[in-house]
Amino acid sequence: MDREPVICIESVGVRYGQAEALRNVTMPIYRGCITAIVGPSGCGKSTFLNCLNRMTDMIEGCQVAGRIRIDDAQIIGRRIDLLALRRRVGMIFQKPNPFPLSIRSNLTFPLKEHGVRGRRRREARARRALEQVGLWKEVRDRLDEPALALSGGQQQRLCLARALVLEPRILLLDEPCSALDPMASAVVEDLIGSLRGRYTVVIVTHNLAQARRVADDLAVFWKVDGAGTVIERGPASQVFASPKHELAAAYVSGRRG
Amino acid sequence: MADVLSSQPAWMGNRRFDWRDRLATALVWLVAIVIVATFAWIVGDLVRHGLPHLSLGFLLEAPADAGRAGGIGPILVSTGLILGVCLAVSVPIGLGTAMLLAEFTRRGGVFALLVRRSLDVLAGVPSIVFGLFGNALFVIHLGMGFSILAGGLTLACMVLPILIRSTEEGFRAVPDTYRQAAAALGLTRSATLWRILLPAATPGLIVGLVLGIGRALAETAALLFTSGYVDRMPESVLDSGRALSIHIYDLAMNVPGGDGNAYASALVLIAMLLIINGLTFWLADRWLGRRITPH
Repeated sequence: MDREPVICIESVGVRYGQAEALRNVTMPIYRGCITAIVGPSGCGKSTFLNCLNRMTDMIEGCQVAGRIRIDDAQIIGRRIDLLALRRRVGMIFQKPNPFPLSIRSNLTFPLKEHGVRGRRRREARARRALEQVGLWKEVRDRLDEPALALSGGQQQRLCLARALVLEPRILLLDEPCSALDPMASAVVEDLIGSLRGRYTVVIVTHNLAQARRVADDLAVFWKVDGAGTVIERGPASQVFASPKHELAAAYVSGRRG
Repeated sequence: MADVLSSQPAWMGNRRFDWRDRLATALVWLVAIVIVATFAWIVGDLVRHGLPHLSLGFLLEAPADAGRAGGIGPILVSTGLILGVCLAVSVPIGLGTAMLLAEFTRRGGVFALLVRRSLDVLAGVPSIVFGLFGNALFVIHLGMGFSILAGGLTLACMVLPILIRSTEEGFRAVPDTYRQAAAALGLTRSATLWRILLPAATPGLIVGLVLGIGRALAETAALLFTSGYVDRMPESVLDSGRALSIHIYDLAMNVPGGDGNAYASALVLIAMLLIINGLTFWLADRWLGRRITPH
């Protein structure tokens, strides 16, 4: 596989008012790969993820410095088309958050808002997205029921379908399995593995075993001098086998964190 | 059973109820019973005195002999029109203001603070003051005269604070996760507002609406100087019209021998309130319940 960086992150730092959350993060993210971000709580993993689709804009007092280039566009520190950015960069949250609408509307409403004309076309795309996450057979007879009536695992897969239906290039997953039971978690994890190659995936996870199973690349975040930063990164096999940084070695072997 | 209880170990004790818990429970029940009893007493009194005067004719006929005889037909029409004007004006303004406060202003911002303080003060202003204000502004300055329009607009001013605060709470109660999900999908703020936040905030709006309608229907002082007390059938909203509450006030205070019809009118007013409240919740449930709440 030719390793072409699709996201270039250079010297990124994030402050929440006075508090420094992230300092001097530099790393590439490769096209079609699954990059896992691991590290203990409070080391800026989610903050990092939020920078990549500018969700940081929604947090009052949050300032992002540095450069992030996605494909050929700089996305930090300027007025950009956030709607277009977020259409290209989808996001899944820790807790499943389907809209309080029907299962069908959860998928067709975002399509309609993004200018996809024609009910037929929208419903066909919704069906394809549901098939992609393996939910179609489970919900085909109850598309008009409220999405919130689904189980937690089904809701999370619906959220994934909702992101996929907009045909993004990049998917950001913020601990997508941590609120699910082990069975549902395994289903979602397999699903994430199946996205490899077609999408560029960045996944934040607390679960090292999960990172070992799904990740192509791994970045270990750590809180150094009061702010989170990357202490080790590279191909996952390499980071797991022979980490260079002392803390990272202790962490991936389960001795710390 | 006794064996089981007596076989408990010593550390379990045998104090199954603490007297302080019992006292608290009794007090809570007492308060609840007092409230229900008060309501029952009022309704019972109205039914006892009013029901003999109530008939279909009473609801349809025009009042005669200053209200001692005849019915309340034109008065019901006026009341409905006043309420209609009030809601037509206050619901859009209230909804807009609530959206502005909840979704477009910063929580600790000066502007939001100013609007909120103003609303709190307005909510506490006595209705007679609203009446004088409405008289000065709508009746005299804007030249509407004593009319249903002027009365409805005055009521709208009165109802707005309740409607806005309640709807704003409705918006605030919507979990932030919906806003995040919508933002992460690249949805516009207006789409998020109309399709996601507004339906989710509707329960707050409904509560505000029910409280507002209650206050509007019960209002007397604010209407005395604005919609007036002509008891003829109104031909347009520019005519003066007598609201039900004013009719009751007039019959009870100014018309000797009008007690019976006053009671009957009050009974109709209470019934209207109950029906409107029930209908509002039922409609909200029917329209939105299936879509929003899980089974």
